[in-house]
Amino acid sequence: MIGMLAYNIPFVSIFVMMICAIITPLLPNRNRIPEKLSCLAISFVGLMSAYLLYELTAGGQTHSFNFAMGHFPAPWGNELRAGPLEAVLSLVFCVAMLLSLTGNFSSTAEDIAPKRRNIFCVLVNLLTASLLALTYTNDLFTAYVFIEINTIAACAIVAVKESAETVRAALRYLVMSLVGSGLVMIAICLLYDLTGHLLMQNMHRAIGELVATKRYMMPLTVSLALITAGLAIKSALYPFASWLPDAHGSSTNASSAILSGLVLKGHIFTIIKIFYRVFGLEVIHLLRMDTVIFILGITAMIMGSVHALRQKNVKRMIAWSSVAQVGYIFMGVGLNTVAGIAAACLHIIVHACVKPMLFTAAGGLSNAAGHKKGLHALMGTFYVNVWAGLGLIAGACSMMGIPGFAGFASKLSLTLASFDHSTVIWALTALATSSVLNALYYVPAVIVVLTHNKDAQKNFTAHSPTLSYKVSMFVFLALNFYLGLFCVPLLRLITRGVNVL
Amino acid sequence: MNEELRRIWQSFFNWVMGIGPRPENEVIPPEPPPDLPFTQRPKDKYSRFHEATLKERYNQWLEIHGLHLFSVLYAGLSVLTCVVIVSLLLATVAELPPFGHERNPANNEVIRRYVEHGGHETGAQNIVAGLILDYRAFDTFGESAVLFTAAVSVLMLLGASRRNKADDSQSPKTESAGRNFLQRAPPASTLRKDDAILRGVANLSIPVILMMGCVVVINGHLSPGGGFSGGAILSTALILAANAYGFRRVHSFFNERTFIVSSSTALMIYALSKGYSFFTGANHIHSIIPKGTIGDILSGGLILPLNICVGLIVAGTLYGFYALFSEGDI
Repeated sequence: MIGMLAYNIPFVSIFVMMICAIITPLLPNRNRIPEKLSCLAISFVGLMSAYLLYELTAGGQTHSFNFAMGHFPAPWGNELRAGPLEAVLSLVFCVAMLLSLTGNFSSTAEDIAPKRRNIFCVLVNLLTASLLALTYTNDLFTAYVFIEINTIAACAIVAVKESAETVRAALRYLVMSLVGSGLVMIAICLLYDLTGHLLMQNMHRAIGELVATKRYMMPLTVSLALITAGLAIKSALYPFASWLPDAHGSSTNASSAILSGLVLKGHIFTIIKIFYRVFGLEVIHLLRMDTVIFILGITAMIMGSVHALRQKNVKRMIAWSSVAQVGYIFMGVGLNTVAGIAAACLHIIVHACVKPMLFTAAGGLSNAAGHKKGLHALMGTFYVNVWAGLGLIAGACSMMGIPGFAGFASKLSLTLASFDHSTVIWALTALATSSVLNALYYVPAVIVVLTHNKDAQKNFTAHSPTLSYKVSMFVFLALNFYLGLFCVPLLRLITRGVNVL
Repeated sequence: MNEELRRIWQSFFNWVMGIGPRPENEVIPPEPPPDLPFTQRPKDKYSRFHEATLKERYNQWLEIHGLHLFSVLYAGLSVLTCVVIVSLLLATVAELPPFGHERNPANNEVIRRYVEHGGHETGAQNIVAGLILDYRAFDTFGESAVLFTAAVSVLMLLGASRRNKADDSQSPKTESAGRNFLQRAPPASTLRKDDAILRGVANLSIPVILMMGCVVVINGHLSPGGGFSGGAILSTALILAANAYGFRRVHSFFNERTFIVSSSTALMIYALSKGYSFFTGANHIHSIIPKGTIGDILSGGLILPLNICVGLIVAGTLYGFYALFSEGDI
């Protein structure tokens, strides 16, 4: 069975991050103490998650457990739930969060006024806590509460860099995100009225009874549609993604990396939990939501890349590429099989590692080019900041799906998962088209960065990247190759996690 | 064929390198021939000319009417979307189980235990307080953290941008349009005249409101009310004081530092005490927190201190929002 130490890890992880967030405003705002404390807390939580993962999968067996928050058991009190999938995701979230912070340590100092920096740390800690809570929660209302924290903190870390552009982007993001929250709220109310529960497995049982007796089918369909639409707006599924390029393209590099790599993923994992644990795959198929998600996913894969092709600003290009990658994840969810969901989870992990690397690299390159973000201003910057250049090249290869890089692993597993499905031809066509489109905008970016340019190089700022930047980029690159070369054990682990989800 | 390929490669290469056609390199089209009289124009040219003018006319029309058309379309589509969603939701609500019916799905063992055993399990006479601060205290912790997040974010966006004016030299890069964007008119308080009636009424009512707020917070586990409603009442006293006497007077005892310290401390007490309770509950360890006798003021375990914490957070946050949005400073 699970040891006493591992049993308390989900609860301790969430509370460590919350307490760290609450105490940060009281800390002295000198020597970047708040940021160091955040990094320390996030690494501590990451280590705990790794230990939890080890305990849950020790000896070839797959464990999962429920953790009652308080003296009252589950349908009366709140409950957390941990299995291998939750442990892997919280580990990845912590690692990506830590690397996004340390990699952009210097650009954060440039972009954010000193007085705002400790509040930025409060928000980052709250975001981490909410992601962990969304990962571990077994209660739909707790999920809603932490979605709210996530929404406000995410909008605020866009606006933390002072400029008219970021304020506008943050307002747009806030409005769209609140529409999403409202839809989720209405859907949870409807579901509570129909099932009388907020705990996921009890809701699942009640929904199963309703479907078997064909009662309340219309409200059930509407609530599923509303909750999917609400979370799809927050996770930037294509027709609802208009807020994303502004918010992710204009904010400071650390915020862009966190938003693109992690915040979207928290909402997507909530959708997966709702589909898998609350409704169940049969009901999702019965209510045709899998087809809707599948079609929206492949539309996003194509349209995100088409929009990215038209961008001249490198960060906006990477932001639109996130829309395409979110499409891949939703395509996997739309396959509505265990293999599809496992592939989607693998893509969540891959994208959570690669996208922060791309944003960090883009930040380093545009910093080298004298804070210019235009794609053509980056000509020859590879030779100024080699680590950032390597990051961009590896990230681009990964997004295109070159074998050996992380993106290849998840695209391969998505392809294999789609073979079990009747719509295999659509999935394969979309995967192929989207990969070609990815290449069409990432290859020119790589060529530009690698091209020598004597005239412009005079204007480049000569200072070399800091040690934290180099170390973070090295870890990012190592993760990228690890995921690309050794994905099979990870995929097997995720499949085990999905099976006990 | 080869020439064609080379031309395509050249244009692709130029696109990659960002070498678009520059104004000086651009091929200037030859002067169009002078207009011939209508009857002498060749037939095929006529149709092309006609197309061109149509396109020009379309562009011109779009320039003049495009924005108007867009806003009309936008408004129309918004109304249509709203109508569709509203009718869908109304149709859904009509299908739901009838309100308050005893055989509704929501009338299950969960509610039964809350109602029947809520009193002696939580020690609170007010079942709602027992429900939100003991059975589902984690959700309420999240709700308080939402308020904290919102307060900190608004403080960062509105408060910090004004105070930083003095030390702009530290961060020359961030001194951009954003600061002007968030800049506002001089505070209204400098223009406000002494208002004898407002002050008189405020003198009378502020103590009563404060007392009322404290009663609602402290009796949260005995009677309807609690931290959220009591905190809202307390914040109205602060807002009234600010309007009657000006923000500067309120500032002397409630400023940004007090606000941050009180919110953080209250939330910290909530997190630590409830964290202890969660930990003991989940690991089946005996908790040292006494429940007390139902109906006493000191009863309900942690509910009374938690209500006070929530009340402090809510009062501070609501007053903070009011001050920040109307004055730009706490």
